Amino acid sequence: MINIESLRIELPGFTLQDINLSIEDGEFFTFLGPTGAGKTLVLEAIAGIVPITGGHIFVKGKDITHLPPDQRGIGIVYQDYALFPHLSVLENITYGLRYHKEDQQKSGNRVKKLIAQLGLKALAQRSIQHLSGGEKQRVSLARALAVNPSVLLLDEPLSALDPNFREEIREVLKKLHERLETTFLMVTHDFAEAMFLGQRTAIINQGKIEQIGPVSEVFKKPSTPFVAKFVGMKNVFPASFNGAMAMVDGLELQTESLPSEREGYVAIRPEDIMIKNEITFENDCNVFTGKVLDVTNRGPYHEISTRTGKVMFKAMLSKSDLLEIGLSEIKSVNIAIRPSDIHVF
Amino acid sequence: MGLSTTPSYFAMIIKKRIDPFFWIAVFSTSTVVAFILFPLVEMVVQPSFQDLMEAAKDPDVLRSIWLSIYTAGMAALISFIIGTPFAYLLARKEFPGKKLVESIVDLPIMIPHPVVGIAILGIAGQNHWLGQIMQQVGIHIMGTVTGIVTVLTFVGLPFYVNTVKAGFEAIPVRLENVSRSLGASLTGTFFRVTFPLAWRSMLVGIIMCSARAISEFGAVVIVAYHPMIAPVMIYERFTAYGLKYSQPVAVWLIVVCLALFLLLRIVSLPKESKAKRG
Repeated sequence: MINIESLRIELPGFTLQDINLSIEDGEFFTFLGPTGAGKTLVLEAIAGIVPITGGHIFVKGKDITHLPPDQRGIGIVYQDYALFPHLSVLENITYGLRYHKEDQQKSGNRVKKLIAQLGLKALAQRSIQHLSGGEKQRVSLARALAVNPSVLLLDEPLSALDPNFREEIREVLKKLHERLETTFLMVTHDFAEAMFLGQRTAIINQGKIEQIGPVSEVFKKPSTPFVAKFVGMKNVFPASFNGAMAMVDGLELQTESLPSEREGYVAIRPEDIMIKNEITFENDCNVFTGKVLDVTNRGPYHEISTRTGKVMFKAMLSKSDLLEIGLSEIKSVNIAIRPSDIHVF
Repeated sequence: MGLSTTPSYFAMIIKKRIDPFFWIAVFSTSTVVAFILFPLVEMVVQPSFQDLMEAAKDPDVLRSIWLSIYTAGMAALISFIIGTPFAYLLARKEFPGKKLVESIVDLPIMIPHPVVGIAILGIAGQNHWLGQIMQQVGIHIMGTVTGIVTVLTFVGLPFYVNTVKAGFEAIPVRLENVSRSLGASLTGTFFRVTFPLAWRSMLVGIIMCSARAISEFGAVVIVAYHPMIAPVMIYERFTAYGLKYSQPVAVWLIVVCLALFLLLRIVSLPKESKAKRG
């Protein structure tokens, strides 16, 4: 188990603060957040690479806060692979073995198995200069796991890869985690990656944790406006509540929840906002008329911005839906939102 | 015929007109190269073969050239030993006053050369406590090889430190982080990752430092006129006997130095720029 208590790191112009976390043994935990949020800093603090200003880090009950990185038994895999350019593939993988007092046969077997699992057998004697991105990342994984770390830190391991390699390494990571007892901690800014790989996640923004929980729960029930926007809820409004009724800038929205506070937020996914020409919605919907302000082609779908009173809704339509409605700017449309699709927090 | 082709001919010339900047670049490049090479080449070709051979047989000349190379080499060696960890610190760590320390390193580049000699003599003399201690343990600066090496290290060290610092900075710090996470200590990491990736820049630093040291005259002549390094001997022959007599020594110094530096450069040439990859 990894316990992080009141971790604080002060850097010129940036502060990471109030990081409290506990991560189970063998868990695949992800840190999500935008670039510059401080996710990598948390990893580097766990690895012992950045000096921390306050707080404690425990791994399996042992306080490692002031241990040098070489005595922590924590592996790290970087986005840019950080392979040793002067060593061959095999030399890279076996780099750390000499520092670990372990039966040579045991470690040798582990390395052999890793090389086979990661499909690196044919590359073992090669120089790392001419490997592809995916191959480099597999070598980097093998190198970190060769010394059997209790925790593996992954700093955006998929970000620098081409899309086809990204999928490949994503699968590799998933399989490795299933096979090994190592705890995986991964930093990413891609929610889909966290969904696919992670069990729980911590959303970090501006040096603070916004929300911790199972990835699917964070996706469905964000607890702050930032997280709501981060998980793709493009319609986030401050609201005041009267029972299950939410007031947003003069607009009344029927919801299904009874918030305990009088002030809060409502958030709606753009794909949950229905846009039609005629009123053919189910009875219990919130139905408004709105003006189309903007239609933006986003490739697989179109994003429609509409305005009802003072409230701007962003909706998502497929191309066929768009053609059916014959949508154009400044046109009046009917907007409907199911109460169950309105998230209240 | 002639008239009808004229406009298209001009059009072609105008089309192909090269940007004036090209001519400015050509002019300045050739000026710089000629300005540096012309006097040197002239000096090398002016002495007769006989003069050159005579100088080559002169034990004083040989001794002074050897002393120049030896003292410059020693300065580079000392710079390597004390400058490498220092350059590493400057490349990797932030600390209060770092900018100040960096400008102190550059000071020897800016100080007039005789002032360097005077400053060193000032602390090595009998009137200074340090000079008294040094004399008690048998270290003499004035008129000794030790003195020459001291002065040359003083002027050469900044070149070594700055070159190697840039070399260390080009190595991604993440490589060292990974090495630490795999269980290697700071020292282990330095010798297994940093050094193998930085040795070329160290070699270049050694070349820069010894090149600077070999060319030093002003500081050395104050600290040690004798034993005579080559630049001092060239100066002495020039003032005592004139241009013709000093040129052959200068030619030999240039030839030997060029050969040495060329050799080091070839050794330090990277097959690929490995250090910059990560």
